[in-house]
Amino acid sequence: MSTDPRFDGPGPDETWRSALAEGRFLLQQCRRCDTCRFPPALVCRGCGSPDLAWKETSGRGAVYSSTTVRDREGNYNVSLVDLAEGARMMSRVESVDPDSVHIGMKVEARIVHAPEPLVVFVPAKGDAS
Amino acid sequence: MSRSLRGNAAIVGIGNTKRWNAPGRSPFDQLQEAAILALEDCGLGLKDVDGLFCAVSSSGLPVLNVAERLGLTVRHADGTMVGGASFLFHLQSAVSALEHGLCEVALICYGSNQLSAGGRLVSMPDPQPYEAAYKPRFPISSYALAAARHMYEFGTTRENLADVALAARAWANLNPDAFARGPLTREEILSSRMVSDPITRADCCLVTDGGAALVVTRADRARDLAKPPAYVLGTGVAVSHRQIAAMPDLTTTAAVESGRRAYAMAGIGPAEIDHVMVYDAFTITTLLFLEDLGFCPKGEGGAFISSGAIAPRGTLPVNTNGGGLSCNHPGMYGLFTIIEAVEQLRGACGERQIQGAEVALAHANGGVLSSQATAILGSAATL
Ligand SMILES: [Zn+2]
Repeated sequence: MSTDPRFDGPGPDETWRSALAEGRFLLQQCRRCDTCRFPPALVCRGCGSPDLAWKETSGRGAVYSSTTVRDREGNYNVSLVDLAEGARMMSRVESVDPDSVHIGMKVEARIVHAPEPLVVFVPAKGDAS
Repeated sequence: MSRSLRGNAAIVGIGNTKRWNAPGRSPFDQLQEAAILALEDCGLGLKDVDGLFCAVSSSGLPVLNVAERLGLTVRHADGTMVGGASFLFHLQSAVSALEHGLCEVALICYGSNQLSAGGRLVSMPDPQPYEAAYKPRFPISSYALAAARHMYEFGTTRENLADVALAARAWANLNPDAFARGPLTREEILSSRMVSDPITRADCCLVTDGGAALVVTRADRARDLAKPPAYVLGTGVAVSHRQIAAMPDLTTTAAVESGRRAYAMAGIGPAEIDHVMVYDAFTITTLLFLEDLGFCPKGEGGAFISSGAIAPRGTLPVNTNGGGLSCNHPGMYGLFTIIEAVEQLRGACGERQIQGAEVALAHANGGVLSSQATAILGSAATL
């Protein structure tokens, strides 16, 4: 075999899912330009380099935008969260009334099992709003 | 910039089934009828078509299905699928293929039975595992997130968005072929059922059936055909993301780039456009594209719209057929922005005709603000 060793092993989606199942919320960070990306992929979105490292997130972030989905079964929040590391992801803010989630709200990640492991957010301690 | 493509190709035939609710007719039935109408419109036949450009929501192999049904012998084909903007990507591709002699007669076509098949948006398998678990309402919640951010950054209001829907309805009331006609008030829009804040049912486009097609040839051949050609003065396309979380800035779309490319090829700017068609999948998209295409400054779309500028008798005629909000929206609406632009340049729009329309801009969107494509069309006077 003459495959390129830089791409050996499980792919980035599989690596991310396996870590999440062990309770770790990972991001990829570019070794060349430090940009963090989510969801996982083979190259840096900032500079195109395939030289990415996995790092555990702080889990801290802020709501970039937010909507309340009106559903017969009950309303729920869908938000885009900007992580402190710089990546943005879709998630939801839990444990508060969906209508009280607002842009700029400081949030912290939690891993829940629904039943698959899933990253959700709750208001950060100290964000009284 | 490929300035040399300006005016080298023209839309010579258009077909529009106007069958917005047609039980018993499949997407391919709608598409075939539109193709026949477009060829008859310009006096060409199926045997003349040697370039085929199509996309549908119901099939991953549209070129094969359409070529078989219409009995086409194609020597060039493009089934690019980027959602509702696909057909303007196809137009740019057709202009290039015609220029290089890869084909002589290009047929761009689409059909859908979205309404009569049950009203659900048919989408091809394209799982998004990093979004699906959070159950965003597809595709409404993605547009809601863009609208919420625009409101936060620029103070845009639900009233501003309602005025987009009001303008669309006012135009539809001048178009006997529009699906949704009749009186509509701002209060009715504002009190419509909330779906995904801040987007209500009335901020969403219609769900209809429909089929549309274009025939495109080189300009030298266009002059000899039955109808006045609509010359392709400029095209531009851009792609920015698949999932809404990957969109760099939710208040600025890649229409900035597709528009810049189209204006550069055409050698004109927004002030010289007589007639505008922008894909109004939701009221927020009209606002975003008017800003991103330079018809008003970023952040001022709300005030611009609420001034009455885009409604009949306003300063900028926008979506004069009634748009996706009030004329028709068969799943992927992009091709209909071109159909209305050509009709306006031909002076064939009756009560809603823009007097002296010589230059029209059509803009289409696909995915969740993901793909953007702009076309600038002109009459013979603009060459
Ligand atoms: Zn990088």
